[in-house]
Amino acid sequence: MSTSDVTREGIRGAHPGREALTGAVSTLDGHRRDHPSRRRVRRGEPEFRSYYDKPVLNQIVWEPRDIAGYLFLGGLAGASSVLAAGADLTDRPDLARPLKYTALGAITGSVAALVNDLGRPARFVNMLRVLKWTSPMSVGSWILAAYGPLAGAAAVSQATGILPGLGRTAAVGAAALGPAVAAYTAPLICDTAVPAWHEGYREMPFVFVGSAAAAAGGMGMATAPVEQAAPARRAAVLGSVLETAALWRMEHRMGMVAKPYREGRSGGLMRAAKILTVAGAAGALLGGRNRAVSAVAGAALLAGSACTRFGVFSAGVASAADPKYTVVPQRQRLEERKTDAAISAAKAAASSPSPGPEEPSDS
Amino acid sequence: MALDERRAAAPGTDSGSGVGTPDGMPADSPHPRMGFFTDTSVCIGCKACEVACKEWNAVPEDGLNFTAMSFDNSGGLGADTWRHVAFIEQRASVGVQESGVGRPDGAAAPVDLGMPSFDKPGDAAGADERGEFRWLMSSDVCKHCTHAACLDVCPTGALFRTEFGTVVVQEDICNGCGYCVPACPYGVIDKREDDGRVWKCTLCYDRLGEGLEPACAKACPTDSIQFGELDELRARADERVRHLHEAGIDSARLYGRDPDDGVGGDGAFFLLLDEPEVYGLPPDPVVTTRDLPSMWRHAGAAAAVLLAGITATFLGRRR
Ligand code: SF4
Ligand code: SF4
Repeated sequence: MSTSDVTREGIRGAHPGREALTGAVSTLDGHRRDHPSRRRVRRGEPEFRSYYDKPVLNQIVWEPRDIAGYLFLGGLAGASSVLAAGADLTDRPDLARPLKYTALGAITGSVAALVNDLGRPARFVNMLRVLKWTSPMSVGSWILAAYGPLAGAAAVSQATGILPGLGRTAAVGAAALGPAVAAYTAPLICDTAVPAWHEGYREMPFVFVGSAAAAAGGMGMATAPVEQAAPARRAAVLGSVLETAALWRMEHRMGMVAKPYREGRSGGLMRAAKILTVAGAAGALLGGRNRAVSAVAGAALLAGSACTRFGVFSAGVASAADPKYTVVPQRQRLEERKTDAAISAAKAAASSPSPGPEEPSDS
Repeated sequence: MALDERRAAAPGTDSGSGVGTPDGMPADSPHPRMGFFTDTSVCIGCKACEVACKEWNAVPEDGLNFTAMSFDNSGGLGADTWRHVAFIEQRASVGVQESGVGRPDGAAAPVDLGMPSFDKPGDAAGADERGEFRWLMSSDVCKHCTHAACLDVCPTGALFRTEFGTVVVQEDICNGCGYCVPACPYGVIDKREDDGRVWKCTLCYDRLGEGLEPACAKACPTDSIQFGELDELRARADERVRHLHEAGIDSARLYGRDPDDGVGGDGAFFLLLDEPEVYGLPPDPVVTTRDLPSMWRHAGAAAAVLLAGITATFLGRRR
């Protein structure tokens, strides 16, 4: 039914300005996710405003398989080198051998993943063009450049028996750099504007080295004879405890930004990681002297470590994709600063000898 | 000036110190710091800046789409969108869209272009009859941060600080590692998928070198985009906000002007008429590398714990 008339004088009786809703697609409900200037309110969610619900940040361009895989392999390699050197020095050759091979294989795989993820793989060497302390990726490239050959020499000498003395020295060198390889990847991802990564920068290195120790321990349990694998079992248990505790602390301190670690795909991965890691550690503690239990527990620990890395990675992706993780904490920070300023202004006014703002001050 | 000279200086000029030089300028620059002041209160959403930028910089097309949400068809800044005009429709007082609002005293009267004209919609009706409606339009761009996260984290030194205090990618060095993309707190720089490298606004580095103003500022018909020496732009912006406040437009505010904010102030800053997040801007951005010293300390402690922990596993009883 129409209420307007078209006359010589124009349209009469129409109220376009009153009836039409603002917003180009207000008639296409469902096509538009949110009104840009309206606060988004969902049950149990903080109120905030955004530009059509679009993310503030640009999306992470790293391939999960490459970069999360790299986080896992780098940790495995670094911690394996430390365990292998210890095994060497305490005369546990059957534990040292597989771990040296693991370190070489993992670091080769991780460098391949890194190169593969570059937009211009042929320009990989540009990574060594400068050394910048402000760029964990630059520092990490140099660490890898030093660590890789050492891990390689240790493994090759072990396999071929050539230059055993030099091989042992290389193994010790790799062990010295291994912790850096395992730990630097935390600043690597935390030194971004991605809320779920940046906000966790204090605990993330401990999560990562814990996860690395659990993975290397698991590898030792799976590959070495149980009589020689005691240090691997202990490393697995210690690593699992450290990882779990650091994650717990991180999630509690991060507030609402911790949500992606509990929800969705990333939450699922984190839960799987926890179950696998705890089960693996329990296997190491209780059944470590049984060959079969040791192998299964070792595999669970490796899988758990991989799940942790993929979980952390996809939590970051999820937090960058939703503007609420960017806007809400920043808004909160601004409001707190405003309140603090108001309080200190009030305090200053109260303690100032000047009787009131109207009175002109002499000084 | 030889390009090589700039490049040779690039890696050293802005690394090392954690968050770049304090004033966002290379130590030995003969130029003042240049920047943009984007006054969104006079933007008419014509997208001349988007077009001029694409033309001058030969930026590939970024999708001939409708976003189905507004007149915005480019969505946001990215590898192929270096200027992005945001459109926001609000149920709020229309007052700010009256032409000539906030003109300084003594400014020349608006020029009558002799165009055929109509009454503005709603002019005939009383104020209470008019609908509450306003359009916010804003041309977004790389902020050329004083403490630029993209530049800090770039492992190859492809990103560097120019002699104008701007932040530019050297496309012959970038290896497409993609680190700068999630590092930028504003979501500016992005990877061009079919090319593999990252791209963003250069503040028309090539034009600046020749003494020309950037293409977007040149094309902007309302002077919403103003280019100049940063100090001068800041003074001009302060005055503009004062005029708007005097005219009763309390929502006017500057964004990115404060040299003490989390990124040390933006080389390209804005006058907004609503909260930054409404325009898709972060309300309180902080350069991520501000916390990097602490990150290194935590990572160092974790590495020591790993070494000590695994060493300890070899102590105990042999079983
Ligand atoms: S806005 Fe982003 S891309 Fe531009 S200089 Fe700042 S950090 Fe770099
Ligand atoms: S993608 Fe290019 S510009 Fe960005 S951090 Fe990597 S090398 Fe630097």
